[in-house]
Amino acid sequence: MNAVLQDAPAGLPAAKLEVHDLDFHYGSFHALKRVNLEIPANRVTAFIGPSGCGKSTLLRTFNRMFELYPEQRASGEIMMGGENILTTKRDISLIRAKIGMVFQKPTPFPMSIYDNIAFGVRLFEDLSRARMDERVEWALTKAALWNEVKDKLQQSGNGLSGGQQQRLCIARAIAVKPEVLLMDEPCSALDPISTAKVEELIAELKADYTVVIVTHNMQQAARVSDYTAYMYLGELVEFGDTDQVFLKPAKQATEDYITGRFG
Amino acid sequence: MSAVEPVNPAYRRRKRRNALMMSLSAVALAFGLFWLFWILGVLLWEGAAALRPSLFVQMTPPPGSDGGLANAIFGSVLMAGAGALIGTPVGILAGTYLAEYGRRGWLTPATRFINDVLLSAPSIVIGLFVYTVWVAQFRHFSGWAGALALAIIVVPVVVRTTDDMLKLVPHSLREAAAALGAPTWKVITLVSYRAARAGIVTGVLLAIARITGETAPLLFTALNNQFWSADMDKPMANLPVVIFQFAMSPYEDWHRLAWGGAALITLFVLAINIAARAFFRK
Amino acid sequence: MTAVLDNGPFTVAPDRATVLEHAPPPPMLRNNALMDAIFRNVTRFFAFLVFSLLAGILLSLLAGAVPSMRQFGLPFLWHAEWDPVKEQFGALVPIVGTLGTSFIALLIAIPVSFGIAVFLTELSPVWLRRPLGTAIEMLAAIPSIIYGMWGLFVFAPVFQLYVQPLLKKTIGQVPYLSGIVAGPPMGIGMLTAGIILAIMVIPFITAVMRDVFEIVPAMLKESAYGLGSTTWEVVRHVVLPYAKVGVIGGIMLGLGRALGETMAVTFVIGNAHQLSASLFAPGNSIASALANEFTEAVGDLYTSSLIELGLILFLITTIVLACSKLLLLQLAKREGTNA
Repeated sequence: MNAVLQDAPAGLPAAKLEVHDLDFHYGSFHALKRVNLEIPANRVTAFIGPSGCGKSTLLRTFNRMFELYPEQRASGEIMMGGENILTTKRDISLIRAKIGMVFQKPTPFPMSIYDNIAFGVRLFEDLSRARMDERVEWALTKAALWNEVKDKLQQSGNGLSGGQQQRLCIARAIAVKPEVLLMDEPCSALDPISTAKVEELIAELKADYTVVIVTHNMQQAARVSDYTAYMYLGELVEFGDTDQVFLKPAKQATEDYITGRFG
Repeated sequence: MSAVEPVNPAYRRRKRRNALMMSLSAVALAFGLFWLFWILGVLLWEGAAALRPSLFVQMTPPPGSDGGLANAIFGSVLMAGAGALIGTPVGILAGTYLAEYGRRGWLTPATRFINDVLLSAPSIVIGLFVYTVWVAQFRHFSGWAGALALAIIVVPVVVRTTDDMLKLVPHSLREAAAALGAPTWKVITLVSYRAARAGIVTGVLLAIARITGETAPLLFTALNNQFWSADMDKPMANLPVVIFQFAMSPYEDWHRLAWGGAALITLFVLAINIAARAFFRK
Repeated sequence: MTAVLDNGPFTVAPDRATVLEHAPPPPMLRNNALMDAIFRNVTRFFAFLVFSLLAGILLSLLAGAVPSMRQFGLPFLWHAEWDPVKEQFGALVPIVGTLGTSFIALLIAIPVSFGIAVFLTELSPVWLRRPLGTAIEMLAAIPSIIYGMWGLFVFAPVFQLYVQPLLKKTIGQVPYLSGIVAGPPMGIGMLTAGIILAIMVIPFITAVMRDVFEIVPAMLKESAYGLGSTTWEVVRHVVLPYAKVGVIGGIMLGLGRALGETMAVTFVIGNAHQLSASLFAPGNSIASALANEFTEAVGDLYTSSLIELGLILFLITTIVLACSKLLLLQLAKREGTNA
């Protein structure tokens, strides 16, 4: 993972993920149509668009989450580190360890807070108790949750508030040291204060991770992201610098959505 | 005259009919409860005399002498235990397939259907089945045959509860585990089972309660045994068949022991039922 | 790398290199595919085992019944003679007993279950629902042999002393009907068995009816109440038609259970291989015949005839239970499309 990034003189920094001609079907429904996109490394990229536009679908292709459901299939290329995620022969768990995901509703496992964080790590690494303790503390600190839970690590994750649970899920995703963090409307189930905390967290996280966030809240996209992709009916309509997309969108369709001409 | 004015005879008639029907439904409830209390009352009354420590210590006696039900209780515990030990893993694994894996294809809906039919099938037919495939083949009755029959009764109960409880586990939990890189079998065993744990345990408890009272499947599998025996390879004494034998006999002291056994079984079964439901609600 | 967050700088500097770069997969991962395959196949095996259990039972009973079927053929179903000495067997008496007692049981259980279900869903205060429901469910938990003992030693004498004479005095005086209460009051018999069966199946039918009544959308009921309907009218004209299919499914479930009940019936039915028009007469059901005679049966033909009885019972109950399940599935499917 490069510590120092040079911005290309014009346009985007180095791409972490490259999407080429991606098509996606739910059964016979064509949900994503020839999407081409580059996700810049160490930046926050937001996917916005009306309900059903395919932004969550697109996000979930990156870690092949759709494979849990037999009627869903994808074709095309998603390149990371020189290999196509969709067709790689390597174990999908390795991909998923590199590409973490946080979901809309906080989903703490029915175990202690400690075990929640340790769960992912134990899948791949055989750490001693002391080193696992370190890792748990590190992940919780990175997720801005450590001080609030350090005295109750053995308690169930379900005992936390909604915002805390979501930060727990973020810590859990971070603990396996991914390179990319996918966030599917992570704040939509949270109150405004927790939302603010999580947004603050996202800004910190991009130093170490590439973050892709799906949100139906345009203001959030404007606040939090560096790059924004606007999608409509399964197609990528526009992609660019957040400021530019919101202030001077290149396409009329984008402008219509942003100014609220349709919901 | 408005339709809802009390002086309207049609209105009064409707009101009367409603009152009648509602009273009848209360009567129905009282009817049901009446039998429950009568049966439980009788059990306590008749069984109290026999529920002494000697019940658990002494063996089943020949008619005319004193005794207890120790060997029958022991045999029941052994067979119910063995039946539960055999049937529970089968039920949990089959239920796991139905809930976690079989989303496409014919095996899952067909198995669910058949499982529900088996759930209510006559237990005497199960006993007959074990007789034809096991007892007739090996030419002797045995505790293992009895345990097998009980296991076959346990399986549909556990399959059903495991299936239902696993289906309740939210998909988001599974996705979260998969997103971390867990393989399917770990998602199921480390997350799904954990989340459904209370419900699955309750199902097993209810299955155990059910087989404790079952007589018919043991009639031609384990038969009975007058003496103390821990040998599952031979006919084995068990509470329900002993109760049957003693109750149908003309001997008073055997009747007394039968009531004691009946009270014992009922207390045990009701206790497990109530405890299991309370545990599940927590 | 330190991150200065609200929680203060932390001291542990994690290493960026993980085992997940292009190194060979760690031991944890090597077996993933294998374990997945094993787990999937093991669970599928047991599911298949359950699936084949029904067929297995059917086939083994069939095999055991072959000698009897060869000997007696189809007429076995309607011959009444049951003589182990002459080796003449006919299933009519047990079949009539099974169907008759179950019919009586349903006659009593259906209205009672309906009443209880209505009470629990419409009338009962909310805090009473769970305890009352649990109490009714306890009726289902009581083992069959307990019902048998209570039936024989407690209920039958009471029935004989008070109820049967009363029935003889009332129904016995009605022409054409007097036949069903003919004969000496013995306490045991078809009617007694039917009544006890009714008590045993009430909780099952009630449970299904309750579930089915609760599925009826609240909005539908509220619209009817809003028009000024009484509770009974809502039940009769809104709830019942909506839940009709489920109600029938529940009734069939009760029937399936009643047909297969063994111990309770064995204690009180009288165990007589005779046909009689009177409900006071002793009789036999398939299950009670099996329970009483199987271990004493001498000779292959005797045993085989008993197994054939068991086969008949299994076929009848399987068909009834399958119909019940189909009806309930139909209701569930309609709910799915309505939801």
